[in-house]
Amino acid sequence: MPSTAPLHLAAEIGGPPHYAHEHYIGLARLAERGALDFVTLGDSFARPGLDALAVLSRVAPATDRIGLVPTVTTTHTEPFHVSSAVATLDWVSRGRAGWNVDVSTTGAEARLFGRRPAAPADDLWREAGEAADVSARLWDSWEDDAEIRDVATGRFIDRDKLHHVDFEGASFTVRGPAIVPRPPQGHPVTVVDAAGGPARETAARHADVVLVRAPTPERAAAIRTDLRRRAAAYGRDPDSLRVLVSLTVDLGDAETAPEPGLESGPPLAAGGSYYRGGPVDLAELITQWHRGGAADGFHLTPITPGRDLERIVNGTVALLQHRSLFRTFYPGGTLREHLGLDRPANRYALEGGRA
Amino acid sequence: MHLAAHFPGVNNTTVWADPRSRSQIDFSSFEHLARTAERGKFDFFFLAEGLRLREHNGRIHDLDVVGRPESLTVLAALAAVTDRLGLAATVNATFNEPYELARRLATLDHLSDGRAAWNVVTSSDAFTGENFRRGGYLDRADRYVRAAEFVATARELWDTWTPDGTPRPFTHQGQHFGIEGEFTVPRSPQGHPIVIQAGDSPEGREFAASAADVIFTRHGTLEAGRTFYADVKARLAKYGREADELKIMPGVTFVLGDSDAEAQERAAEIRLQQVSPQNALLALEQIWGRDLSSYDPDGPLPEIDPDPESSLVQGRVRHGDPLAVAARWRALSKEKGLSIRQTVIETTGRQSFIGSPQTVAGQLTEFVAADAADGFILVPHLTPGGLDDFVDRVVPLLQERGVFRSEYTGPTLRSHLGLAEPVWKG
Repeated sequence: MPSTAPLHLAAEIGGPPHYAHEHYIGLARLAERGALDFVTLGDSFARPGLDALAVLSRVAPATDRIGLVPTVTTTHTEPFHVSSAVATLDWVSRGRAGWNVDVSTTGAEARLFGRRPAAPADDLWREAGEAADVSARLWDSWEDDAEIRDVATGRFIDRDKLHHVDFEGASFTVRGPAIVPRPPQGHPVTVVDAAGGPARETAARHADVVLVRAPTPERAAAIRTDLRRRAAAYGRDPDSLRVLVSLTVDLGDAETAPEPGLESGPPLAAGGSYYRGGPVDLAELITQWHRGGAADGFHLTPITPGRDLERIVNGTVALLQHRSLFRTFYPGGTLREHLGLDRPANRYALEGGRA
Repeated sequence: MHLAAHFPGVNNTTVWADPRSRSQIDFSSFEHLARTAERGKFDFFFLAEGLRLREHNGRIHDLDVVGRPESLTVLAALAAVTDRLGLAATVNATFNEPYELARRLATLDHLSDGRAAWNVVTSSDAFTGENFRRGGYLDRADRYVRAAEFVATARELWDTWTPDGTPRPFTHQGQHFGIEGEFTVPRSPQGHPIVIQAGDSPEGREFAASAADVIFTRHGTLEAGRTFYADVKARLAKYGREADELKIMPGVTFVLGDSDAEAQERAAEIRLQQVSPQNALLALEQIWGRDLSSYDPDGPLPEIDPDPESSLVQGRVRHGDPLAVAARWRALSKEKGLSIRQTVIETTGRQSFIGSPQTVAGQLTEFVAADAADGFILVPHLTPGGLDDFVDRVVPLLQERGVFRSEYTGPTLRSHLGLAEPVWKG
């Protein structure tokens, strides 16, 4: 039952570009104080900013528990390199990595690489799905116990537990196996922002966490039901999907301070993705939507990260914790554990087990 | 003298069977070695790269350490647990694109406050290419043309923001890259991250002389080192560069003991661990290009000749003409009465400094004084503790002699290497 399922909360720590790592470390630590599941860091080749995956690698040793989810585009990048980098983020964070799979649709981005012209979003999301698919295969290409260090026979690995993936997609092929051994989570968490139409199919098929936009709890519930149905059609367990409602949050009105009982105007605007009001009202909204089964949780984008994330953590989250609707500490160590997701079985080990 | 530490992961000199050997993947191993190098005031920490697991006769090679994390991501994390140590990543210029890689390197330079370095390597290997969109490969000459244009393009991108932080559009039209747009990262703390070139070929030397800040070589012996040093430094003038604008740093190993005799004994034991019976036969098969698994590693070399057309070995370069190499090995084996395993031990080691801390400190100093090197990239044989003794016992002697720094004098890798910030050419 959704109404009794744990609530999941995540926050974006991007915004106007910063080039000093202290900025991002401060925000990630703040989110960690609120016991949030994960932080995301947006990225694009098309606007100023540092490489998000590298920034969150820099953040990893400076934090302990919070999940780290950079945006990674699959359009002009090499799937083999991308899967290695995401797996490595999982190693350096000891099991806290995810990636927000994205595409680069513009001609401006294509010209930065000069390899091929811009393509329709449908094609790019199909390719993104293939990148997610081959990444999962590469993460499985080492079985967990492939490293044996058997001094007697002089063998470091059991080569029968390493596998070529032999992936053939529409626009790339990968032979494999991975260079990076299977990461701590088995598969780092795959996040897809399913706001656009073609992204939803990729999300249903490949994502662990789906970000959606909805103006009402009824609409959110309908999208969630649709995603779960599509996931089941792909042979997935719908309960292995976490659907989070994305809200851009402006808590800048100091009049609605984090005190119970205050009221403010209509909180949702701009197609239901923009919230403006007080931290308490936000807690109220989250409570109602979650209790009604509209979503597994929320992904909040503070409009001014430094200010609004502080109000989210010390106001909204504190109140949700006070009402016992959100955890006050991390019971586990990995992002999958925060999200209540199993560590995936290795497809090649399963095949071997059947053989 | 400049010193760097190579992380001893995937290579055939890392002794993984030693009880002190730990994970080559866990971040704690990288953290240990990097912190040790920084305690020793080293210039930088160096990571190699692999893009396809080695295969032998169609099967994945299983005798040496296999598996490593992705370099730039590990180095970004290491920036959090070190303050001054340079952070060098080997990244292939054949299977990457300038815009993305220049951006990742500039990001690392920002995240580390000016400690990033890029070791540029190339590939002509279709075997490796099977993991990438490009798929195919470039022939040897084209690799360096692409690499040179790649580095030049990266530098154009690193110069697109004005020093006061204003982004400006760029256009690059060359033989290998036609790109335009706006770079997303401001000029980084070092201006440009340090560029390292690895490789000894004539094309590689020329490329290094024209474009690199550091050259990572295998020319380890004093005489070979002096010849190489003179050759490379002489090439700089035609590019309008001074001799000290390119640092020559051979990759070397070392073995310490309380006495020279003890160190020699330990070195012999380590070579036996590095060249197991299985590894000895494998090394032989890599030269011969034939299945030699029925031979006794403690017996004589095979009478049959190598197969020069063999495709037995994949993911590893065959150095030189196999017939000539085999003839040389046979002559050595005959002259000294060596078995297969002993011959491999004799022929495959790189320059190694072996002795008491005093002896090793003296030899390193001599190499630099004799213009055989500007410094060294040390390749320990143990992960991650292989540098501990060197830092505790040799570095203080180098400091006493006044040939190596006792404290970092600047914040950036460029300052450790004594290299000027590149002039902005926006």
